[in-house]
Amino acid sequence: MSSTNRTVVVTGIGATTPLGGDVASTWEGLIAGRSGVGPLEQDWAAEMPVRIAAQIAVEPGKIIPRPQARRLDRSAQFALIATQEAWKDAGFTAKAGEDGSVDPDRLGAVIASGIGGVTTLLDQYDVLRDKGVRRVSPHTVPMLMPNGPSANVGLYVNARAGVHTPVSACASGAEAIGYGIEMIRTGRADVVVAGGTEAAIHPLPIAAFGNMMAMSKNNDDPQGASRPFDVDRNGFVLGEGAGVVVLESQEHARARGAAIYAEAVGQGISADGHDIVQPEPEGNGIAHALQNLLQNTDVRPSEIVHANAHATSTPAGDIAELKALRKVFGDETDHIAVASTKSMTGHLLGGAGGIESVATILALKNRLAPPTINITTLDPEAGVADIIRDKPRPLPQGPITAINDSFGFGGHNVVLAFRLDG
Amino acid sequence: MAATQEEIVAGLAEIVNEIAGIPVEDVQMDKSFTDDLDVDSLSMVEVVVAAEERFDVKIPDDDVKNLKTVGDATDYILKHQS
Repeated sequence: MSSTNRTVVVTGIGATTPLGGDVASTWEGLIAGRSGVGPLEQDWAAEMPVRIAAQIAVEPGKIIPRPQARRLDRSAQFALIATQEAWKDAGFTAKAGEDGSVDPDRLGAVIASGIGGVTTLLDQYDVLRDKGVRRVSPHTVPMLMPNGPSANVGLYVNARAGVHTPVSACASGAEAIGYGIEMIRTGRADVVVAGGTEAAIHPLPIAAFGNMMAMSKNNDDPQGASRPFDVDRNGFVLGEGAGVVVLESQEHARARGAAIYAEAVGQGISADGHDIVQPEPEGNGIAHALQNLLQNTDVRPSEIVHANAHATSTPAGDIAELKALRKVFGDETDHIAVASTKSMTGHLLGGAGGIESVATILALKNRLAPPTINITTLDPEAGVADIIRDKPRPLPQGPITAINDSFGFGGHNVVLAFRLDG
Repeated sequence: MAATQEEIVAGLAEIVNEIAGIPVEDVQMDKSFTDDLDVDSLSMVEVVVAAEERFDVKIPDDDVKNLKTVGDATDYILKHQS
């Protein structure tokens, strides 16, 4: 129990995304190469420079009862829905402590978001301004706090080993899963529910990201707007949703006879030290994270067959990431099939690391990696890597490893590795 | 025009239903907001604000703690509505 280098495995996955309200429908969409992007038809969207987004496929109000939903920010609603699926998928039938399958004192929750309860904050400001002080919801603070999703997930499963919320913009979800792996590896917990969530489709974030020139303004072609690695890519498409995994020590999973998806091998983390929003153009910070992954874990470049790229469809970022892969893995890059599922889901910011870890784990389990859609003309600079285009790619037999990259404004770089044995 | 006791109970029942999801028929004079109707301290603030608006009455924060049951709230509103 006090061991400091325990093997961590994934025993459950859950998701609610622009492609579907659960893991199965999301995976079906990813493999079919379906875009989850569509026009924003809300009244406020008319005056926006960006009028497209990847909105959730199944509204959370259809799943969470109204009295509960009115006290949860939309990001917490997504996180709870994904957690419910992942928890059940892991074989747990009740809260920790109720059926003896996991000790609450050995259960953690680490759920992150990039921005937190931003729609609650902005909506309640509208209430304050338009209706007055008295009408501001007493639930505002627990709804807008960035740790709200994590705290609500912690309450849902009865996690008492620790509930955490790492925040690193668009790397947040991956950092949460990495944090969860460490909690188990170092002996603080036996089981951790970890992932990312985001709900930021609102005029202010869209106006702000739009004015940064970070988002695609291909309003006339929503489904073709997110086009990582394509020569005409011109920014990301904002998405929303959540992805959650149940991490568990291998011994705990075996003891209760749980089915294992993959090993969560570990992480590599670094910071660019370059610019508050621009990626370091040569990918040096990302390369540093990849090197740290190789240093911190037993992952060897020869076993890596797939990378779920961060690639958000921005001109600079997509190429820097590929350069980093080549820099660290050299010729071994040739057998790494790279995909950006953001071409289909849009960019979920802090939720990205969550749903993309789910996609990476499923690619291993099914030995089938999803494609990158919308590449009409591959950027010549993307030729340094093997990009999966249009159709899913079968992955080799035998033990295989895949990585999931996530990078965030501020220069945060997180790489997670998952492995399928035999 | 001032609301009758019956109208106030019916109004509170609708408010509690909206906020806590409790069926309107379960909201009776003798029911405790916290113990019987799933209204915690934060939701109680929502109930009070909604009741103030509906019955045109002011319920200062210091008085809210005395409103344990639906009957307490009904009596308060009956006395203080303008």
